[in-house]
Amino acid sequence: MEVDSFAFLPRSFRSLYERPEPLADETEPVWAPFDKRLAEARIALVSSAGLYVKGRQEPFDAERERREPEWGDPSWRPIPASVASASLGMTHLHVNSDDVLADHNVALPATVLDELVADGMVGGRTDQHFSVMGYQEAGLRVWRNETAPAIAARLGDHGADAVVLAPV
Amino acid sequence: MMPVVAERLLAPRIVGVEFPFGHPFGLPGHRVMQRQVLELALRVLAGASRPGTRVDIDIQWPQSRKEAYRAWQPKEPSPIVAKLLGRR
Repeated sequence: MEVDSFAFLPRSFRSLYERPEPLADETEPVWAPFDKRLAEARIALVSSAGLYVKGRQEPFDAERERREPEWGDPSWRPIPASVASASLGMTHLHVNSDDVLADHNVALPATVLDELVADGMVGGRTDQHFSVMGYQEAGLRVWRNETAPAIAARLGDHGADAVVLAPV
Repeated sequence: MMPVVAERLLAPRIVGVEFPFGHPFGLPGHRVMQRQVLELALRVLAGASRPGTRVDIDIQWPQSRKEAYRAWQPKEPSPIVAKLLGRR
């Protein structure tokens, strides 16, 4: 079966998403072959739910987004892989956060990944996963030039073989 | 969530889910559903042989469409939605 990409989108917004165009200099998919066996690979997670560790990290900047509705906070947060849902906050003005705050595996399946590691399907996971906030300004200038390279470097430092992205 | 968009934006490997926004791995506390999605994502990671590979997952969201549609939306319109609505 093929899923309906627009099943839960307000009908009046559909035209905004039906024909998105890649950025001008992005003409081919990024492709990195995955040569390892999963059972020998170290996996990391990146979620765009806008998650942060309460009391230790700043929330994403919602106030500026309220003042500048075309802007979205392009910063990122490392999230300890063993974090508990109760330790996490979420800044994302475009979705209801109740379910993610009740169980972060809805948008950052860290506990689920740990289970797959324990079962031997996956070789390991990084000690940190990462979160960004999914609403971003057109063109993604800061994300492309600063955020993504910084996260990629940290993933390399942690020995990640691959990353699963969770879009929110 | 919107695999058609991921395809058009040239994502290398895609798992399509027909879930409400904000729920890429499913319902809170539903470990079976969450695991089904993550396992498929990892199998697509390991098994895809060409860029743009998309596999959709056959899981029906267990709430009515109307209920889920209402539940995913923020308690107040996002700033950009409020701005767009203000223009109408």
